[in-house]
Amino acid sequence: MEAFSILAQLTDEGAKAAEAAGSAGFAYGLAAIGPGIGIGYLVGKSVEAMARQPEAAGMVRTTMFLGIAFTEALALIGFVVFILIGL
Amino acid sequence: MNAELSPADIAVDAAETPAVEMQISGDLARRGVIASPLIVGAATVVWGLDGLASGAFALALVLANFVLAALMVSSAARISPPAVMVAALGGFVIRLGIIMIAVLLVRDQQWISLQALGAVIIVAHLGLLLWELNHVSISFAHSGIRSTHP
Repeated sequence: MEAFSILAQLTDEGAKAAEAAGSAGFAYGLAAIGPGIGIGYLVGKSVEAMARQPEAAGMVRTTMFLGIAFTEALALIGFVVFILIGL
Repeated sequence: MNAELSPADIAVDAAETPAVEMQISGDLARRGVIASPLIVGAATVVWGLDGLASGAFALALVLANFVLAALMVSSAARISPPAVMVAALGGFVIRLGIIMIAVLLVRDQQWISLQALGAVIIVAHLGLLLWELNHVSISFAHSGIRSTHP
């Protein structure tokens, strides 16, 4: 009986670990979707702006690069949640 | 819209623009080095020696991420505007993958503190960006004025 209780406890711990890993992966996946859409929209609009005004390309690219980096921060926050919960 | 410009002209104009991304990432790296004693010191105070090592590793990851992003976008900008789109979105995926692999490689090391690693990644990334944004905003608003701050 004692062996069964130990086995049941191990299974329970394994299930909890699997649930945590699954939740972390799900959270990271969700956190990466938003920045992906954001970066796509941001770069698309920047390319449009550069096509309209090529002489302003330097300023547009500066703003675009900073925007990409800020948007990427959201994915990094999701990644940090992933490493804190899932690893 | 400037109807006289062909896509080839736009690509030529884009190629003639200086690699502003490399300038920004150079600034970010310089500021990261300046702020590193403060960031790593704070991680050491909170998490001890593990925080020191993890904080330094996280800061290096953040700076490498900026430099890699700048290399990808500025290289693509010399080719064509659609290449910028590919570099930005593809680079986003590639860089997230690189960061994940780097963290997975060190997660079982004795010197790593995952809390310190996560906290420094977020704080350093956002802090350095806000610092650079402040500098860029001043330059855009008053193009003749160069900020004397680092």
